[in-house]
Amino acid sequence: MIKIKDLQARVEEKEILKGINLEINAGEVHAIMGPNGSGKSTLSSVIAGREDYEVTGGAIDFEGEDLLDLDPEERAHKGIFLSFQYPVEIPGVTVSNFIKTAINENRKGRGQDPMEAREMLALMREKSALLEMDKSYLSRSLNEGFSGGEKKRNEIFQMAMLEPKLAILDETDSGLDIDALRIVANGVNKLRSKENAVVVITHYQRLLDYIKPDFVHVLYKGKIVKSGGPELALELEEKGYDWIKQENA
Amino acid sequence: MTDFTQDILSSFVVAERNLNGRNNPHVLDMRRKALDAFEATGFPTTRDEEWKYTNLKPVLKEQYNILLKGDDAVDFGDIKPFLLSDLDTYKIVFINGKYSSWLSETTHHGYDICTFAAALNKYPDVIENYLGKAAPADSTMVNLNTAFANDGAFIRVKKGVVVDKPVEILYLTTGENGASFSQVRNLIIMEENSECQIVERHQNLGDAPSFTNFVSEVFTAKHSRLNYYKVQNDALHSSLVDNTHVKQDSESNAHVGTYTFGGKLVRNNLHFYAGGSHTESHMDGITIIGDGQTADHHTLVDHQEPDCYSRELYKGIYLGNSHGVFNGKVMVRQKAQKTNAFQQNDNIILSDKARVDTKPQLEIFADDVKCSHGCTVGQLDRNALFYLRSRGIPKREAEGLMTYAFASDALEYVRIPQLEERLNRLIAEKLGINLEFAL
Repeated sequence: MIKIKDLQARVEEKEILKGINLEINAGEVHAIMGPNGSGKSTLSSVIAGREDYEVTGGAIDFEGEDLLDLDPEERAHKGIFLSFQYPVEIPGVTVSNFIKTAINENRKGRGQDPMEAREMLALMREKSALLEMDKSYLSRSLNEGFSGGEKKRNEIFQMAMLEPKLAILDETDSGLDIDALRIVANGVNKLRSKENAVVVITHYQRLLDYIKPDFVHVLYKGKIVKSGGPELALELEEKGYDWIKQENA
Repeated sequence: MTDFTQDILSSFVVAERNLNGRNNPHVLDMRRKALDAFEATGFPTTRDEEWKYTNLKPVLKEQYNILLKGDDAVDFGDIKPFLLSDLDTYKIVFINGKYSSWLSETTHHGYDICTFAAALNKYPDVIENYLGKAAPADSTMVNLNTAFANDGAFIRVKKGVVVDKPVEILYLTTGENGASFSQVRNLIIMEENSECQIVERHQNLGDAPSFTNFVSEVFTAKHSRLNYYKVQNDALHSSLVDNTHVKQDSESNAHVGTYTFGGKLVRNNLHFYAGGSHTESHMDGITIIGDGQTADHHTLVDHQEPDCYSRELYKGIYLGNSHGVFNGKVMVRQKAQKTNAFQQNDNIILSDKARVDTKPQLEIFADDVKCSHGCTVGQLDRNALFYLRSRGIPKREAEGLMTYAFASDALEYVRIPQLEERLNRLIAEKLGINLEFAL
């Protein structure tokens, strides 16, 4: 589905990604772990198309197309979704109006007609129930005054509505208590299929107890320094990141 | 002295003999004194502190006609786009400053919704008690208007009466007189415990330039409630100086909303005089302007008595090489303890060439008050923009959505759904976006 080859990126003058290689196929769940400042969030932002980062080398191929040429909205239309570590508050725009606009813009981008209002409403009900969200959520201003847990649930709600091919969850577990973590993970698991793929970016093993990865990668100083199966995450949990740092000193 | 000022002064001799209220010595005296005052000061220049950022000179350069003819060729189809749709309203319509009974829908049942001319000619007691009692005598633009104002809207709502439908006031200019300078005037009197909603527009229908010097005097007696909406979306060859002065008695609640989208130069001098305790003074507005446009909001809340509340929220969005000015003065007099005054002016600049001058001005002489003020000038939040785009919303729509969200809380006090919808459409049109989500 997505092939990342020797990806290098910087923000202002600082090199952050120094040659990332990663291939993800449909139906797979990949976890990307690593100490703070290793480039995890940069990688997710570059895939989603944030313009603050300058790609200085390498390529990203998404289903046979060069992703780096596309605007963020075009990437969304192709099926890429990023769950933000810090979702942005937008006062004055309700969750339901926002999601309605997003869905129809995606459909327009794919050459489809807008979704019928009734269908939209039914879908919103179904997906908000999946995430155990109260009905009043939909009429609240987007993320405004939401607790940390509510913001993350809202991210996964959007993911559920938009049904992306590739979902990147950037530190979705940060700031979540155990109940919220369970709800969010449960939502993600229900959305998994043979057709889509999930990338879980996290600092800790905790979330991976709920969302079982097929592959675990360790990112350090802008490079993937180790890859393995789910057991790698457990090893990291037990030993911390120091041995990774020492191996790559 | 400019040629235009000369023209104005010399035309007064002719005008005076034909002006409404000419048989009332009190009115005649007021007009002459006002003209003398104007002659002494002339039009404001950028050397005046209050006009430092807004230069009238380019507007005054036109060769305006001062004594205007009406225009019978205007019919309902011409004015319909400027009226609220699907809503029954009273209408007071003027064409080139002349009242059009044909296009208006006035009443004297329970309240007077008619013309300033009628007040001048028929209600000497009203004129004596109210005319010039809210507008300041030291304003050169007000003085100029006082000298010449011949007609406009007169609204008087009697004690305890609620006006059953909104009043629309429409001031139209046609090309009939070429470049036109008009001076119209409202007198709005809300008696005790009365209620009314007013929507007002100035609109140039022709191709010739127009300049309007407008005065609106408003009196809200004890416990009365007024919502007064100004929709400023005139043509780009039209300029307006709007002098609106609201004098409030105790426990009255007055709201003036100013929505500025059009016009070459629009200057709003909006003053509230809170002359009784427990008043509420609300002023809010949205400004969205572009190339070649200037919008200037000069506001004053004068807290004279204790326990009053004022709320001021102005949002500005500036495109092209537009220029915005905000000057919000809050005066809290020594007697006005327990005043609660809120003021906020937020601006977004969407172009490198646009400019905003914003200045809060607080003068507080009481010691037990709560006054907050703030102003911001910025651009759209890049993070938020990326967030929306990452959800598949194209850049232009994302910018529109954010800009709309930024502005829309200044519409909170609009109590006429048809007006709210109209304003939403105007916002969408000015931002060049599809705002289905808001409607």
